[in-house]
Amino acid sequence: MSDKLFVSTRKGLFTVSRASGKWDIAAVDFLGDNVTLTLSDARDGHHYAALDHGHFGVKLHRSNGNGWEEIAVPVYPPKPEGYEEHDMWGRPINWSTARIWALAAGGPDQPGIIWCGTLPGGLFRSSDRGTSWEMIRSLWDHPKRKQWNGGGADLPGIHSICVDPRNSKRVWVAVSTGGIWFTEDGGASWSQRGNGMRAEYVPPELTHDPIAQDVHCLVQCPAAPHRMWVQHHNGIFVSDDEGKTFREIINVEPSTFGFAVVVHPRLPDTAWFVPEIKDEKRIPREGKLVVTRTRDAGKNFESLTKGLPQVHAYDVVYRHALALDATGERLAFGSTTGGLWVSENQGDSWTCVSHTLPPVYAVRFA
Amino acid sequence: MAKVIFTANIQRHVMCPETQAAGGTVRDVLDHVFVENPQARGYVLDDQAGLRKHITIFVDGKIIRDRARLADAVSDTSTIHVFQALSGG
Repeated sequence: MSDKLFVSTRKGLFTVSRASGKWDIAAVDFLGDNVTLTLSDARDGHHYAALDHGHFGVKLHRSNGNGWEEIAVPVYPPKPEGYEEHDMWGRPINWSTARIWALAAGGPDQPGIIWCGTLPGGLFRSSDRGTSWEMIRSLWDHPKRKQWNGGGADLPGIHSICVDPRNSKRVWVAVSTGGIWFTEDGGASWSQRGNGMRAEYVPPELTHDPIAQDVHCLVQCPAAPHRMWVQHHNGIFVSDDEGKTFREIINVEPSTFGFAVVVHPRLPDTAWFVPEIKDEKRIPREGKLVVTRTRDAGKNFESLTKGLPQVHAYDVVYRHALALDATGERLAFGSTTGGLWVSENQGDSWTCVSHTLPPVYAVRFA
Repeated sequence: MAKVIFTANIQRHVMCPETQAAGGTVRDVLDHVFVENPQARGYVLDDQAGLRKHITIFVDGKIIRDRARLADAVSDTSTIHVFQALSGG
């Protein structure tokens, strides 16, 4: 079981450790800076932290457990002379990394390979632990990429990356908004996946168009990779065929709206969500913060509340801010209002580590 | 050669001491500066080599106009300030 968490916040990176049975803040790095995401690579023990310095741009740092060093950041290729493309408001899209929104380790047979998803939609891969990056041009140059739109941000972005544990060349990425994209040749070619999802924010003829889907988070069960779970802008969807088709999970109390989802590493039917009322009311229902859990692939859900605030709680949990450790026992999540909770029993009960952190963007077990 | 002065706020991320560099445009001068200090380049310029959205450059007290190509003229006696814009928080 993991005894360490990285908590990425608007004002620094907090390392939270378990000692003598208690979770507490053990270290703070980049204090005052906007840390948006981390990756801990179990293959070699390296950690990665993405920062957004605002004025000075997006940066990446790497640690082998002994301090952080700045490394290369993904860089977009030169935009061809005279070429312009525009966002959904008609503004020119700058080919420049606006945010690092996904970091994922390659397969166990690919030491040093790291995947990185960004705004405005570029996917990058490093073969040397982030010392250098190459853009996956096959996806960026895909004609349908221009149909991606802003969702979670004004610009489209890749926020979820799933590497097939059986075959590292097979990779799924999810885009807000742009649906799910799949490669089975290591990124040389891509096809759209995700039939069966449903979007309410487009005209009826586009409702089921896979490219119109605002996937908030996509996860894959490591022990049963055919099973994928999606927290979508319009609900919860589950796939039994590697994301080719999805079915919608309905009638979940208190809600099916949210950003985050995690799936148990060995039990594909077990997944957790953090619901909010709905898209235009992004707060917990009745001020009660709950985590929902299904153990039967979505037929039934439990609302887990023990240890979570049930009065005047307005916590929002972003897509990378819910984490599950490799054993499937320990969970943690952080909120936009600076709350951080940990569970050591699959969510049956929760302990508050802090409710005074800066806004939390991401929580990851190290 | 033009004098180039960077905002104090960049110094905690990457050291950018006051320096001098030759060139007839802001681009020319900064290119020379970044040859000597390559890490600073990504803090000032975006992926397309344009000025980052919330960075402002003054040449002799005037804000430059060409943020994409940095073609504003510079003389041998110019002073270039690289500042944070107030936009961007």
